[in-house]
Amino acid sequence: MKTKNMISIWFFVGCLLALYGALILAAGLQTYSNRRSANIAMQNLHLQGWWGTGLLVIGLFYVIRFRPRRLR
Amino acid sequence: MTSIFSAMLARTWAPTSLIAAASRVMSLGGIDLTIITLYFFLVLGLGLYLKKFTSTGEDFFMAGREMTAWIAGLSFISANLGSLEMMGYAAATYQYGILVGHAYWIGAIPAILFLALVMLPFYYICQTHSVPGYLQLRYGEATRSLSAISFAIMTILMSGINMYAMAVIMKVILGWNIHFSIWVSSLTVAFYVMAGGLLSAIFNEVLQFMLIWLGALVIPVAGLIETGGWAGMVRRISENFPGQDFTHMWRTLGSFTGNPMGVHWTGIVFGWGLAISFGYWTTDFLVVQRVMAAKDLRSAEMGTIIGGLFKMLVPLIVILPGLLALAVLPFKLVPETMANVPGVHTYNEALPLMLARYCGPGLLGLGVTALIAGFMSGMAGNVSAFATVWTYDIYKPLIRKQASDQHYLSMGRWCSLLGVVVSIGTAYLVMNFSSIIVYAQVVFVFFIVPMFGTVVLGMMWKRTTPAAGFWGLLAGILASFVLWLCVKLDPSALRLVAFSSHAKDMAENVYRAWWSLLANVVVTIVVTLFTKPKPEEELKGLVYGLTTLPSLGQLPIFKRPIFWAGAVAIAFVLLNVLFW
Repeated sequence: MKTKNMISIWFFVGCLLALYGALILAAGLQTYSNRRSANIAMQNLHLQGWWGTGLLVIGLFYVIRFRPRRLR
Repeated sequence: MTSIFSAMLARTWAPTSLIAAASRVMSLGGIDLTIITLYFFLVLGLGLYLKKFTSTGEDFFMAGREMTAWIAGLSFISANLGSLEMMGYAAATYQYGILVGHAYWIGAIPAILFLALVMLPFYYICQTHSVPGYLQLRYGEATRSLSAISFAIMTILMSGINMYAMAVIMKVILGWNIHFSIWVSSLTVAFYVMAGGLLSAIFNEVLQFMLIWLGALVIPVAGLIETGGWAGMVRRISENFPGQDFTHMWRTLGSFTGNPMGVHWTGIVFGWGLAISFGYWTTDFLVVQRVMAAKDLRSAEMGTIIGGLFKMLVPLIVILPGLLALAVLPFKLVPETMANVPGVHTYNEALPLMLARYCGPGLLGLGVTALIAGFMSGMAGNVSAFATVWTYDIYKPLIRKQASDQHYLSMGRWCSLLGVVVSIGTAYLVMNFSSIIVYAQVVFVFFIVPMFGTVVLGMMWKRTTPAAGFWGLLAGILASFVLWLCVKLDPSALRLVAFSSHAKDMAENVYRAWWSLLANVVVTIVVTLFTKPKPEEELKGLVYGLTTLPSLGQLPIFKRPIFWAGAVAIAFVLLNVLFW
């Protein structure tokens, strides 16, 4: 198996997490700005905002760290 | 989910009764559906991308044996962490309390460390493709065929049963159409396993591992903040359920009647910790295949230990949500038998209810994606293990001995598709005959347990004969089945099988596993004493004492598997003491 040219699985993981983070963060901001009740417990924690930010940061770290590089 | 532990939940888990549940637990918005859709696109894209890297049988069935320790380890644990296991264990925790956590500690860690340090070197040195493959080298064709055929049938059967159960859950918690869930999820799995084989399954399992953790960790974080930490949670449980102990692992195991499971510590240690755990973790090819794909022996051992470390942490996202449900839900969950009562929620809904409690738009989509990912990783595990065992242990030795590598590769690809199609058929069969679930899971559970006796005696005792391997395995399978049948026909036999008429289903299972292993070991030893062993020359590389184990060279201590195995073992002991 020629795995030298293979993009690392961690790059794909990073892409997905970054996308998810951005979406969840946006959903959290929207809920917050509209002052809508999401009908959940512990709303004061703003979990969507924190979780979305966390996923975005982790995702971007993996994307940058494991980005595909051209073979020399 | 093909986990033996999940299978033990067979009787507490009753998908058909879930259909009757009146209310939908949660509903998804546009952003949640976007998150789920993105996941499906990525999984399909990965399968397509990895197809070009699998051009030989070794690539397809063993991922080229090039996986790093981390990837092998995460895949090893992800193949075991199905969504039904997550939901089933959260439900069982609501019912039995923290006792269920034994599945993750004594019911896993000693066996995983034993696999890493003692058994893996033999699997690795003989370069076999599967566990039945090892049995062929050690005992001969008859034992291999018995184990391979049983494994193949049970894998597919379980895959279908779990597919159906998952579709029912999606219907109950999200209102999705059962046929839609079955076809979309299984065809996705078929596509990526068929394209990239084990490599594709492993890559997706790593992705799924991340999603499962990041999606499910919301509940313990929010729950512990809500209850004011562990002490606050325990206090609330005591207020909600006065007089019952749900939060101690060992303290209540001195008698059969002192705990909600109706089990004694002997059952937990010998039945769960020895028979079931060692059977599953060291001989079930579904999980062992993942670490056999590692690039070298050290990576295989380290991967297994990494898997063990994460296994030890899984209670955070499975057991803790069950305990938090006991503490914070304003209503009490009921057994499956009461699912028809309007307005009630059953034990099995514990995890979805907690997701719905804390997760707003977006996070809910992530949580549901984690459940779907768990289901798909379990199914991909089944399908890839089935393809390997079918091709190398049934098709090649019994149907077509001489063929090109490309022929077997092609067989593996089509076999993955066939595995999914048969699983879908099984799912529809189960839909019409739900009692099949109980029978299939019982047979599945107790096929794996005697395998441990057969494999470990073969590895550790050079005198064990080929005839003894076959008859010991058969005796173990039959013993467990006969005991199960006895209790089924005459419930009073429970007092003899599980030492107590108070034993619940789980307690009965752990004792039956113990008897099964005992029957296997006794028959193997007795038959060995009266039959002719193999010559020692034929046992080199297969048996302890006749095999030179490869040296790891001059590695510093912190790079050695034994060091990390010791660290995991110490953490395991500390956790048990902490939650005594």
